[in-house]
Amino acid sequence: MSARPTFSPARLRGMIVKEFIQMRRDRLTLAMTFGIPIMQLLLFGYVVNSDPRHLPAAVLMADNGPQGRTLLEGLKNSTYFDFVREVKTEAEGRSLLTRGQVQFVINIPPNFTHDLLRGDRPAVLVEADATDPLATSGGIASLPAIFDTALQEDFKGPLAYLAPARRSIDVRVHALYNPEALSQYNIVPGLMGVVLTMTMVMITALAITREIERGTMENLLAMPVRPSEVLLGKITPYVIVGYIQVGIILLAAHYLFKVPIHGNLALLLIGAFVFIAATLAMGITFSTMAKNQLQAMQMAMFVFLPSILLSGYLFPFRGMPQWAQVLGEILPITHFLRIARGVMLKGIGFQDIGRELWPIVLFAIVMLTIGIKRYRRTLD
Amino acid sequence: MPDELVIDVRGMTKRFGRRTVVNDIALQVRKGEIYGFLGPNGSGKTTFIRMLCGLLKADAGSGTCLGSDVITGSETIKRQVGYMTQRFSFYEDLSIAENLDFVARMYGLKDRRNAVERSIEGLGLKDRRDQLAGELSGGWKQRMALAACLIHEPRLLLLDEPTAGVDPKARRDFWDQIHDLAARGLTFLITTHYMDEAERCHRLAYISNGNLLVHGTVAEVIDRARLTTWSVTGRDLNDLSRRLRETPGVEQAVAFGTMLHVSGADERALEQAIAPFRMDDYEWKQVRSSLEDVFIHLMQTSKASSAE
Repeated sequence: MSARPTFSPARLRGMIVKEFIQMRRDRLTLAMTFGIPIMQLLLFGYVVNSDPRHLPAAVLMADNGPQGRTLLEGLKNSTYFDFVREVKTEAEGRSLLTRGQVQFVINIPPNFTHDLLRGDRPAVLVEADATDPLATSGGIASLPAIFDTALQEDFKGPLAYLAPARRSIDVRVHALYNPEALSQYNIVPGLMGVVLTMTMVMITALAITREIERGTMENLLAMPVRPSEVLLGKITPYVIVGYIQVGIILLAAHYLFKVPIHGNLALLLIGAFVFIAATLAMGITFSTMAKNQLQAMQMAMFVFLPSILLSGYLFPFRGMPQWAQVLGEILPITHFLRIARGVMLKGIGFQDIGRELWPIVLFAIVMLTIGIKRYRRTLD
Repeated sequence: MPDELVIDVRGMTKRFGRRTVVNDIALQVRKGEIYGFLGPNGSGKTTFIRMLCGLLKADAGSGTCLGSDVITGSETIKRQVGYMTQRFSFYEDLSIAENLDFVARMYGLKDRRNAVERSIEGLGLKDRRDQLAGELSGGWKQRMALAACLIHEPRLLLLDEPTAGVDPKARRDFWDQIHDLAARGLTFLITTHYMDEAERCHRLAYISNGNLLVHGTVAEVIDRARLTTWSVTGRDLNDLSRRLRETPGVEQAVAFGTMLHVSGADERALEQAIAPFRMDDYEWKQVRSSLEDVFIHLMQTSKASSAE
């Protein structure tokens, strides 16, 4: 097409103004956008149980006796733990925990073998990332039994007289970030992601199809407005709506559920911005693909389920089979949940959220590009 | 340039799947002209207009619209065309002023506020400026739509059945306004089903099943149809019209109040057909065919030929 008009901020503003007015007059949708977070907060007080295995763990091995190794083998055989690496210092272990690369750090103290054989009941410190209590509780509960079984194997036959008594190891669990294993601590930050996904995708999924169904699309297409202006104009007002939702949830988190906010709130809001933009881009892209509002709704429903099930919101992410984890990694909500939980419960910093941020940004760009390409410039 | 052509296209064709909706249409519209576009529902009028303003891609065709290539220049054409859709297509949840403001922004008008105010005043919408468009009656909606189409000062207006569902007084006001604007150099392409409106156009085209059957001034269209029409008055015209319709040579017998119009394409066949009915009770008179007679004739013959 010749003389295609260049992108005009003025026209974009026109679109935004129009969308704002329409949003303000659509009372039902407005009520829904604010009602959903409150309703969800109240509904998700309870948690579904599960017993995930193969949780990544690191080990700090300070003992060089045979029984230290036995313990490690026993942990591996239990299938609860996958040892991703051995760390040299406590700080190193803690940093892995904070970044979410391991769920546990197991410290086997110096002279473990020696103390065990003397019957001194040596202590094994298990540091656990208890942000998600579900993910860690199974592993923690099984620890004493795992140790006992492993040691029994070592002291068979002629060595039987050396066999320590049951519970000869003092397992000290240090549940980090969420010491009381309160499920609200895990659920409430997660809820932010779920509520934003539901409302943002749903509202924008209707944006283009509504214009088509009301017959206003014909007029819009007859005017010299660019697809990118239409799409961005429809998205922008809802960024603000999304922030209001985040605000409601944070207030509820603080006053109703007493969830601490350890990290920098600004970081959380940056994460929220990128995430909101990604969900809006996804919604508007659905809208360009759907033939009518009903289809758009169905497409929105299609993302809700994986968003709730595969993101680590309801079920521990690491409890899922590999293929499901791969799918989960594609979803922006998976990364946003890590940001929200990380900032609120662990107090992670910018470098840590950066790793979760770029997959969301990539997702948003891909979605918006598809949307702009799919946007029909004619009525054909 | 009094004879400057605003629309000059030929071979315009549009297919939806296997169905040809617009078939090889050529059209020339001069500057300042009010051009009527007539034809039954589904004949391809709307599709043709949509191709002109770039809302549909033509499958074939060439020519210019407002000096730009009709196929490749649609973005340039869009900015100089006002298109009033058949169905009200502004935002019903926006007020009149908000709708106009939105349109003004979309066209990037420099003096937006003034343009909107002028438009509201010019169309006598001042008292209703803050009323939601969805709450307006048909006549007011149509006025608002026209105001919105004019706000960016287009050179060509494409109006698709602009007066459907509008009362006669509003219709007359609307047409007066169109003639005013045309006198100032604006060009119009208007589709309509109303014969009185067709007669107020400078020139017309009749389109059926995607084919342009006839075009020209009202008089030219009537002459080219070569239709003979007799009018008859008398008692029990109902019975007479039923019997006439069964007679070969009579194409149509239509009641106009207390009068019956009897038409046929073949002058002599028609005379023979009505001969048995020329009795004292009836008063027969040969009259000039009206536009409506011609259009019904065109509609029937094109239907018959497409059915073959």
